[in-house]
Amino acid sequence: MLARAAATPPAVGSSLPRENHTVSIRGVNINIQGLGYRYSTRGKPTFSNLRLESQRGEALAIIGRSGCGKSTLLHIIAGLNRPTEGSIQFDGKTVDGPSSRWVMMFQAPHLFPWMKVSQNVGIGLRFAGWPEKEKAERVAEALRLVELSDYAETNVQDLSGGQQQRVALARSLVMEPELLLLDEPFSALDAFTRASLQRDVRSIAKRLGFNLIIVTHDIDEAVLMADRALIMAGAPGKIVHEFQVDLADPRQRQDPAVQSMRARLMDAFHAAAQISGSAAQEMEEEAISGIA
Amino acid sequence: MPVNAALTGSLTSRAAQAATRGVVNFSLGLAILAAIWWLGGYLIAANPKTQSFAGFGLLPTLQAFPELWSLGKLQKAIVASGYRLGGGLLIAAAIGVPIGIVMGRSKRFRELSNSSFQFLRMISPLSWMPIAVFVFPAWDQSIIFLIAVASVWPIMFQTAAGLAKVDPAWFKVARNLGAKPVQMLTQIIMPAISFDIFTGIRLALGIAWVVLVPAEMLGVTSGLGYAIKDARETLSYHHLTAMVLTIGIIGYLLDTCCVFLLRRFSWHRGDI
Repeated sequence: MLARAAATPPAVGSSLPRENHTVSIRGVNINIQGLGYRYSTRGKPTFSNLRLESQRGEALAIIGRSGCGKSTLLHIIAGLNRPTEGSIQFDGKTVDGPSSRWVMMFQAPHLFPWMKVSQNVGIGLRFAGWPEKEKAERVAEALRLVELSDYAETNVQDLSGGQQQRVALARSLVMEPELLLLDEPFSALDAFTRASLQRDVRSIAKRLGFNLIIVTHDIDEAVLMADRALIMAGAPGKIVHEFQVDLADPRQRQDPAVQSMRARLMDAFHAAAQISGSAAQEMEEEAISGIA
Repeated sequence: MPVNAALTGSLTSRAAQAATRGVVNFSLGLAILAAIWWLGGYLIAANPKTQSFAGFGLLPTLQAFPELWSLGKLQKAIVASGYRLGGGLLIAAAIGVPIGIVMGRSKRFRELSNSSFQFLRMISPLSWMPIAVFVFPAWDQSIIFLIAVASVWPIMFQTAAGLAKVDPAWFKVARNLGAKPVQMLTQIIMPAISFDIFTGIRLALGIAWVVLVPAEMLGVTSGLGYAIKDARETLSYHHLTAMVLTIGIIGYLLDTCCVFLLRRFSWHRGDI
């Protein structure tokens, strides 16, 4: 369904392509081959010859220390940076720039403070030239998904950090993306808000069927949100281990199955990452502080 | 809830108190200024040596307003000066805002232009007068040119500084959501820096208003500057002070309008 372009305004009066009056979204098959990136032509590559495949509707987590190139990888997949070698294909078509079909959520919400909540959510549709009425409907649906319907007319500067990040999520969902890219999106939030957003993003993605790629240094986040986790390490960065996260939903942090999965992932990280003991130690500490 | 209501009530009364205090102090300040003026005028009138300058006093000046109004001099001077001020500021904004945006966006352009802009900025606008008179066929155009030259710098530099403060992630988010370059300009850049543009215009207005009066003392036969020169030459000192007072009042009103616009268009919290 690549031809279904979320960003194309419908003819006035036509009905929107949606099912049961919810935002209808489908995922995408991702195929990345031989991907490499270096900041400068003479510098060391951030990563090279990277291979990554993801099924339609899959939630994929990429775990690694700060500086291993995972965030750069995400920017390249989003089309915000260009790779220096290799290719990215979504459903067999090469990606060569940003698109409203693959939307990125950043570490901070970066909302536009001169716009109300509803205007922030609808900005992508406004860029695409949607008529006012259809846009308002879509925005209302997206706000309902993130449980902020009552805040449509609020100034975004009056919202809490968690609410702001929910607005950023709605701003991404309103574009009906096939793929949502998350760059450590909840790391600035308190533990409770983070947990509820992790749960909600996963459940919305599963309900609507779009792909997730989450970049994180928090192993708990990967266990709670992903179907599959990749461990990225080294310089230049490589994917050193792959891990299926076969857990039933909803996932609770205290659940023994989740705890044992977390322990296995941590072991896998230690064993396969081939990183120094101190780096593993740091990772462990970050994960522990995430729980506290 | 009663607690909330009580809280809101006390807040409202506190706000009302602050407003009343503001009005009282504002009036009191003006009254003190008027009293000093009146005293000065009284001393001038009482001294036989300076008696002929009694027109500078407060009361003769206030009496001059209805005279000037009925003669139509006041209205004509305000319209002529307002036209020049508005024209000059408009040109300054039309040039200053786009160049400021380019300065804010391109480090190369900023470095390249910095030396010449800083140099040009330091030249007193009035020193362009002889050149302006050569270049432009009419005096009006020369004065508008001088106003524009004087006021383009604060607008330009404020715009550039405003853009430099803008969170670069906003551009990334907008690009990610499909913003085209024109939309980036009209829907992200302009609202993001509207506060800084208006601040620049406010500063420019202050400078332009100061430059306007001396510029009008050269050559033209209309406007507030000319009216002052004319009053001096005809020795009607009460008309002179009335015009000076008018300049002060209008300048103050224009600045107040700018502050109002700043509040209206600003998304900043607690900056003004």
